[in-house]
Amino acid sequence: MPELKFDKDKCAKCKSVNCLTMCQYMKLDKEQAKMEWQKIIKGEYSFVLESCATCYACEEYCPQGNHPFYLLVERQEQMDKLASPRALIKQWVNMTEFSGKFMVGQVKERAISFCFIPRLQQIANGKLFEDVASSWVMGAEFFCNAVFLHFSRMSVIQNRLPKVIDNISKQGIKELICLHDECWATYNSIAPAYGIEVPFKTTHYFEYLHNELVKNKRSIKLLNLKVAYQRNCSTRLIPQVDHWVDDIFKLIGVTRLEREYDKKNALCCGALMFSSKGYDLGTDLQKRNIDDMVKSGAEYCVFNCPACWDPLAEKVAKRGVKPIHMIDLCKMAIGEKPALEVKI
Amino acid sequence: MSGIYESLVKIVGEDFVSNQQEELYFYGRDPGVMPPHKPDYVVMPKNTEEVQQVVKLANKEKIPIVPKGGGLALTGLVIPLKGGIVMDMKRMDKILEVNAKNRYVVVEGGVSQGILKAFLDQNYPDLRHSVPEAPPITTIAANAVIHGQGRLSQQYGFNSDMVNGFEVVLPTGEICKIGSCSVSPYWFSKGPPMPDLSGLFLGWLGTTGIITKIGLKLYPKKRLIDVEVFVTDTEDIIPDVVYKITHTELIEDIGVWSQPKPRMFSGNFHLNIFFTGDTEEELELKRKIIYHALQEYIDSKDGGFMQVPSDLKAAFLANPQKTMSNFADLRKGGGFEYSGPIIPVELYPQFVKKVQELGTKYRVIQNASGRVIQQGHCMMFSFAFTFNRADHDELDRVRKALHEAAEFGSEKGALLWKPTLYEQKMMIDRMDPNTRNLMKKVKNLLDPNGIMNPGNWEV
Repeated sequence: MPELKFDKDKCAKCKSVNCLTMCQYMKLDKEQAKMEWQKIIKGEYSFVLESCATCYACEEYCPQGNHPFYLLVERQEQMDKLASPRALIKQWVNMTEFSGKFMVGQVKERAISFCFIPRLQQIANGKLFEDVASSWVMGAEFFCNAVFLHFSRMSVIQNRLPKVIDNISKQGIKELICLHDECWATYNSIAPAYGIEVPFKTTHYFEYLHNELVKNKRSIKLLNLKVAYQRNCSTRLIPQVDHWVDDIFKLIGVTRLEREYDKKNALCCGALMFSSKGYDLGTDLQKRNIDDMVKSGAEYCVFNCPACWDPLAEKVAKRGVKPIHMIDLCKMAIGEKPALEVKI
Repeated sequence: MSGIYESLVKIVGEDFVSNQQEELYFYGRDPGVMPPHKPDYVVMPKNTEEVQQVVKLANKEKIPIVPKGGGLALTGLVIPLKGGIVMDMKRMDKILEVNAKNRYVVVEGGVSQGILKAFLDQNYPDLRHSVPEAPPITTIAANAVIHGQGRLSQQYGFNSDMVNGFEVVLPTGEICKIGSCSVSPYWFSKGPPMPDLSGLFLGWLGTTGIITKIGLKLYPKKRLIDVEVFVTDTEDIIPDVVYKITHTELIEDIGVWSQPKPRMFSGNFHLNIFFTGDTEEELELKRKIIYHALQEYIDSKDGGFMQVPSDLKAAFLANPQKTMSNFADLRKGGGFEYSGPIIPVELYPQFVKKVQELGTKYRVIQNASGRVIQQGHCMMFSFAFTFNRADHDELDRVRKALHEAAEFGSEKGALLWKPTLYEQKMMIDRMDPNTRNLMKKVKNLLDPNGIMNPGNWEV
């Protein structure tokens, strides 16, 4: 099984312990943080294992790129200090098991991954996708499995990811356009952290959209919108893609409003907080986040991840902020109709 | 029995009586696994007087008579075991009165769940009745007399507890009113403060009379409804979970279910917790209280609330739900049957283990479902199996599994709901002898010639 490339010496020398001191869900001073983190490294019990909200943010906060979150998820599993109820973990493991059914379109060397989310297929249409729309893969056989970071099951990722990569390669795919942020994060953060080779090029859909918009620049009508961006958990694994958000917004005349809960201080959509921690944390997160969007004067809330859409879109809309997926926003800029809408 | 056909034609008209083989074939069976038996005649009366005349004829000629609503009990309750007349009530489909202020409705004996629901939705959007999870063609009266349960049973009890009175044709032909309607123009009580005679007809499976009118309680219908699904891998905690969640006194309905397919549900136990509100605030407050009631299980990781995809949520919120119909079609052969013991909630873990055991032992696809009745006073449980009707070996295995389920239930102290003949016998055999004798006296008093749905409740 692939092993995590983790250097405990880097942590021993670390002066910031940002992984825990910057955590939005636990309050630890530097001394406590150091002590608790050392326990985790040694495989000893730490309350952090159970208090972790699995927001992924410590991966971004670590100045050493030492993968503290991946280690923490491994320890949760090893010590049976789970982030989520066992039944929900079992449900996800069952639901995403390899089925032997290869859901594919007319796959060419350049193909789209809809991950495990059929809804993405509904969104990815129109001019921006006309060259690649028919070349796609989807379902358990091609599922990145990064979601198991929420479920204290790094072993599922370790076991399944090489097979998933193999399945994609066997389709003859040379470039995979990842429409789910989490997939790109898997191939560009988790895979290298575990020394898993990815033998095809991966393109984040932000980059893809940007390039397509440039190609279709003449069709763009500036939207002149002020938006709040809902930064999702997996972007914490790949902060290097964040600039694409700004680049796309610039091309289509959208202003990303400065607000308290964006960038490094982004708040999770709350979906899994309800499941794994209960009503109070989930509600508090969503309330603070939406209040902040409203306060910032946002006309739209732009979603990156479809999984954030379900718990947040309707609630955002009810507060007068229109929810829209990034792909739909780009389609709107070239005069096409958004696919995902909320009726309230 | 010469001249019976002509006599029936005289009563209901030629178009509504039949002794043709194709109709006798159809009325000789139900969709379950019980063996068929043809009637000699089928009649469809239009009103109480026609029912009365048919019953008087049957009583005079000592011909068996079996009243039939939707015919979907699945346990053979409307199969005419001794031939005779099947009386299909579907033409008696009028909604006679809605008293909105006093929240009750009076309907004829053949009014279906679907007709009443559609009528209320359209004309009285603030009111509703307890709709069972059954096809809409099932009837109000039949569901009440088999002690059915529905969406409101967690709050208000069995659907039979929601009866407000009857007009009934006795086996000897008298038309009798039961409840407040016997002394008052209002149908607001099935008995109290008088002797409650509704018990002479509820649970008797059509062996003591034919319901021609039924008064039914209606209940407030809130503008909004939602469902949260609590999931655990530990069946042993479910009685406690039900206890805690019913303590909130806020829940409309609780369905407990487990099934091995589709794969995502395998190995877990699910509680669908329904709640309602007139405003978003009311709904949200209830959601908060529900989560808080079960927080200890989230903390211990013994259970949690799943994210319910929008299509699944829509399926759960449908009333009646089609989820069981989908399960029934898993084997693509049109076969579905269940044994439905009513159990104390504390027995749930034992029963759900038994379902799993039977599924494995008889190699059949199983589903275990339960509906909590009236704040957890009991639970309607079901051992459900789906099968391909064309696969006789599988059908036989399902029969055996159901048989073993019934014996298990009976041994554990359950009451078998809408029991097959065999299950009725099991309960009669276990019954206190004086209770059995009382039933016999009641039956003989009401039906001296034994014409009503003979074979059933034969004590």
